[in-house]
Amino acid sequence: MSETSNLLTDAARRIFLDLCTRNCFENAEAGMWPKELWNALTDTGLVAAAVNEERGGAGAAMLDLYILARSVGYYAAPVPLIETWLAELMLSAAKLPPIDGPLSFGPILRQDSVFLERKAAGWELSGQLKRIPWARNAAALVVIADTNEGSRTVVVRNLKDVLQSKNYACEPRDELRFNKVMVSDDDVSELNCGMTRSEVFFRGALFRAQEMAGAMERVLEFTVTYAKERIQFGRPIGKFQAVQQQIAALASQAAAGFAVAQSAAESNAEKLSRFEIAAAKARVGEAVSVVAGVAHQVHAAIGFTHEHPLHRNTRRLWAWRDEFGTEAEWAAWVGSVAAQIGGEKLWEFVVAADKRDIGAALP
Amino acid sequence: MLNNFSVASVGMPLHLEQLREDVRGFLRKEFEAGSYTREPAGWDRYDPEFSKKVGARGWIGMTWPRKYGGQECSSLERYVVTEELLSAGAPVRAHWLADRQIGPLLLACASEEMKLEFLPRIAAGECHICVGMSEPDSGSDLASIRTKAEKIDGGWRINGRKVWTSYAHMAHLMNLFARTSPFDEKDRHSGVTQFLIDLNWPGITINPIVNMASDHDFNEVIFDDVFVPENRVIGGIGMAWRQVSGELAHERSGSERWLNAYGVLVHLLESSGPNPERAASEKIGKLVTDLWTLHRMSFSLAGLLNQGITPEVEAALVKDLGNQFDQDIPEVARKVISEEARAALPNEDRFNEMLDRALLYAPSYPIRGGTREILRGIIARGLGLR
Repeated sequence: MSETSNLLTDAARRIFLDLCTRNCFENAEAGMWPKELWNALTDTGLVAAAVNEERGGAGAAMLDLYILARSVGYYAAPVPLIETWLAELMLSAAKLPPIDGPLSFGPILRQDSVFLERKAAGWELSGQLKRIPWARNAAALVVIADTNEGSRTVVVRNLKDVLQSKNYACEPRDELRFNKVMVSDDDVSELNCGMTRSEVFFRGALFRAQEMAGAMERVLEFTVTYAKERIQFGRPIGKFQAVQQQIAALASQAAAGFAVAQSAAESNAEKLSRFEIAAAKARVGEAVSVVAGVAHQVHAAIGFTHEHPLHRNTRRLWAWRDEFGTEAEWAAWVGSVAAQIGGEKLWEFVVAADKRDIGAALP
Repeated sequence: MLNNFSVASVGMPLHLEQLREDVRGFLRKEFEAGSYTREPAGWDRYDPEFSKKVGARGWIGMTWPRKYGGQECSSLERYVVTEELLSAGAPVRAHWLADRQIGPLLLACASEEMKLEFLPRIAAGECHICVGMSEPDSGSDLASIRTKAEKIDGGWRINGRKVWTSYAHMAHLMNLFARTSPFDEKDRHSGVTQFLIDLNWPGITINPIVNMASDHDFNEVIFDDVFVPENRVIGGIGMAWRQVSGELAHERSGSERWLNAYGVLVHLLESSGPNPERAASEKIGKLVTDLWTLHRMSFSLAGLLNQGITPEVEAALVKDLGNQFDQDIPEVARKVISEEARAALPNEDRFNEMLDRALLYAPSYPIRGGTREILRGIIARGLGLR
C-alpha cells in the first residue's frame, strides 16, 4: 500500500467512523441525501480523489481508489463515492473537463442504451436508463451514448424525470428517461474517444468486488465479536464447536473473496486485466451466501432487527453481488474463456492471467 | 488475517518466470522421452527414478544451504517449481514429504551430523521418508499416541503400531513420533519425541492396508523392540509438538492441497469442447475461478513464508478451501459429461480413469494433513474464539 493510499484510507476511516451514524443511515434509507457526510468527504479531497494532477486534483492512483472502495464497503457508507470516481475516470478518458460531484454514470444495465443525435446547435439525447446509482442526487451523469458513427461520452446535467427506485440496501437505483434532451457541444466527447461500455462495466464490477471484500471483512468482525459476547448455556456461543466451525467457514469464504478482489485490484491498477475482474466478481459473489448466511445464523434474532447494524453490510452484499454481473454470469464468462483456451493450455493461462486482458465481451 | 492475502506485497521477481519456463522445458523433455505419463493419480505416484532427475536439477531442498545439498533459493522459487511439477502431473511423491517438511524439520532441529548425513541425499532425490504419526487410537489427537520409546543404553527401544502410513513400503526412512514420557493431561503437548528410523532395521514389520480405491498406499507399521541409536533423535526430547507446528504452514499452504484432481479439470475442458452450453460454462467457470483464487492465495502465503512469517491460520484457510476444490472437480465433471458421453469416449481417452480416481479419492482430501474440523478449529482459534 502506498503512502497516499494510507493517508486517504485513514482520512476516509475517520470520516466514516464519525459521520456514518445511526441517524445518517436512517436518513439515507429514507431517501435523504447525507449532506454532512458528503461535505466532509468533499473537504478532505476524497470525492475528487480520482481527479488526476493534470486535471487539477489530488490524483490518487487507481490502486488507491480500489483500496478506498474496500473502506466504503466496510463502513457501508451510504454515498456515491465509487460512482463519482468512475464517472471522473470516464470523463478523463473522454478528455472532458472534471465536474464537481456527486456524479453517477450509465448505462448500468447491459440492455440499456441511449442514442445521441447531431442537431444544428448541439446534440439531442434519447433513451431510457434503469438502476442508475444516486441519479436523484447527482450533479451530472456521465453516459456512453450511441451515435450513427460510433459512441461518445456525454455529460447530462440538470437531471429531470428521475423515477426513484432502490436496491436491497435502500441505496438509490433510479430510472431516467431522456426524450430529445439537449446537450451542448462542450458536454460531448470526440467520436469513440473515452472508455468503452465494456471497460466501464468491468471497472464497475471491480469497484463492487472491492466494496464487497470490505463488507465481508466487517461482517466477519461483527460475527466474531458477537460470538464472543453472547452468552447462552452459561458460556459465549463462540465456545461451542458447532458455532466455531461455521464461523471458520465464513472466514474461509471471506478470505477467498478478499484475496481475489485484492489481486484483481493490484493487476488492474495500470492496465485492464478482464479475466481477473471476472474471476473476482464471480468469487466474491459466490462467497456471499456463506458469509451473510452464517453471520445471520450466529446473530440470530438480534441480527434480523433493523436496530442491529449487521444488515447494513449484508443487505449491501446481497445487492452488490447482483450489480455488474452476478457470480453465475461471471462464472459462465470465465468458463467460456477457459473452454476457448482448452484443458492443455489452461495452466499456462491461469498462472499468467494477471498479465493478460482477454475477452472484452460482457457476460 | 485477510490483509495477509496480497500478491503485490510479495512482488514477482522476473526470474521466477524464467524458472517456470525451465521447469516446463524439463517436463516437456521428460514427457516426450516417456519417462512419465499423465496418470489418473497425478503427482501422487512414487517414482524413484523421476525423483532423482528432479533432484539432479536442484529442485529438491531448493531453499536449503548449499553445504546440505540445497540451492539457497527463496520459498517463492520453490513454490513455482512445485506448482509446475504438480499441475503437470509429474510423479513426485517419492521425495515429496522429505522435501516439504522433513528436510526443513531436520534443518531446524537436527544435529549437524544428521543434517550432513541425510539432507544431501534427500536433495539428490535418493532418500525418501514417510511420516509415522497416526495410530489405531490416535488420529487428529496426536497427543494420544501410545507408541513408546524407552531409554536404554546407547539409544532407545521402540514398541508400538502406526497406521495409515503412506508409502512406508517404499520409503527408506520414517519420521517417527513416539512417546518418551507418560501422557500428562496438564501439558498435552509434551512427552512426544521425533526419531529418524531406517525401515529395514530389525523388529519392524510393514503390512499393507489397501484403500477403498483398491490401491496400496497405506500401511501398518509394527515396532517390536526396535533399537534406535541415540543419534537418531530429531531435535529435543519431548519436543515433537513444538517442532512440528512450525512446519504446518509449509505443509498446508502449498499447491498440493488443491492440485489433486487437476487432471480431471484438464480432461473435462478437452471433452466439453470450445463452446460448452451455458450451464456447463458456469460450472467449469466456477472451478477455474477457484483455481485462480487458490493459486493467488498460496502464492501470497509463499511470500510470507519467504519473509520468515509463519501464517498458520492462513495456511489452514487455504487447505480448507483447497480440499473443497479437489472435491468439487469430480462433482462438476460427472454432471457436465454424462454417463452416456463418458461411455462414448474413445478407449485411449483417460477421462474416465481420471474421474474414477478423483471421485474415489475425494473423501481423503479433507482428512489427510489435518481434517476439515481440525483446520476450522485452528481458524477459530486464530479469530480468538478458542
